[in-house]
Amino acid sequence: MKIAIKLFAGLRDRAGTGDMSVELEDGATVRDALDLAQQSAPKRWIIPTSLMTAVNNEYVPFNKSLKDGDELALIPPVSGG
Amino acid sequence: MIIITDQTLIPSQLTDAVRDDTDGAVITFEGVTRNHNGGRGVEYLEYEAYRPMADEKLQELINEIQDRWEIDKVAVAHRIGRVDIGELSLVIAVSAAHRRPAFEATLHFIDRLKEVVPIWKKEYFQGGEVWIGDPGSERTTV
Repeated sequence: MKIAIKLFAGLRDRAGTGDMSVELEDGATVRDALDLAQQSAPKRWIIPTSLMTAVNNEYVPFNKSLKDGDELALIPPVSGG
Repeated sequence: MIIITDQTLIPSQLTDAVRDDTDGAVITFEGVTRNHNGGRGVEYLEYEAYRPMADEKLQELINEIQDRWEIDKVAVAHRIGRVDIGELSLVIAVSAAHRRPAFEATLHFIDRLKEVVPIWKKEYFQGGEVWIGDPGSERTTV
């Protein structure tokens, strides 16, 4: 299955891209997508402890199962206002 | 009313949207770009939002405060892109029959916005830049 990954703010700067697409086995989780995103990004980046993840605009834990066509957003600490 | 825009925010647009003859109070909060932060001079800010998630989270927060307090309408506007010193980055307007719940709900809304709404600000200070909340992202140019 194909998952679209979006990265933001300082995380995007560190990974060297804001948009990735990864191919994963059925039943893969957010954690699996994160591992693959680390390997396939243009630059080497580490997962910050404060990272939040969202699938299709809803916050989810790392053990959430993904399905084909999902959009996974990697959300570093927000700072609106 | 939810607005996320790269254009100048106009508070009266929001207060007009929430005002009602049944309401005795309209609270407006304006977040302004100040010229200093953490003891150093700030030149300008740059905001980015993850849309439409940011819009959806703002709507959830509106629902949250409307459920919890005796308030009427809520309007919120957030700037994205470059925001210069003295410009507004955020405007919130809340109407209510009485003032106290409107004040409390407004304060709660801002606190929650800073926790869950996927919007980020980058500070351009004298001699460098940093994503706020992400000290490891700091880069200096001098």
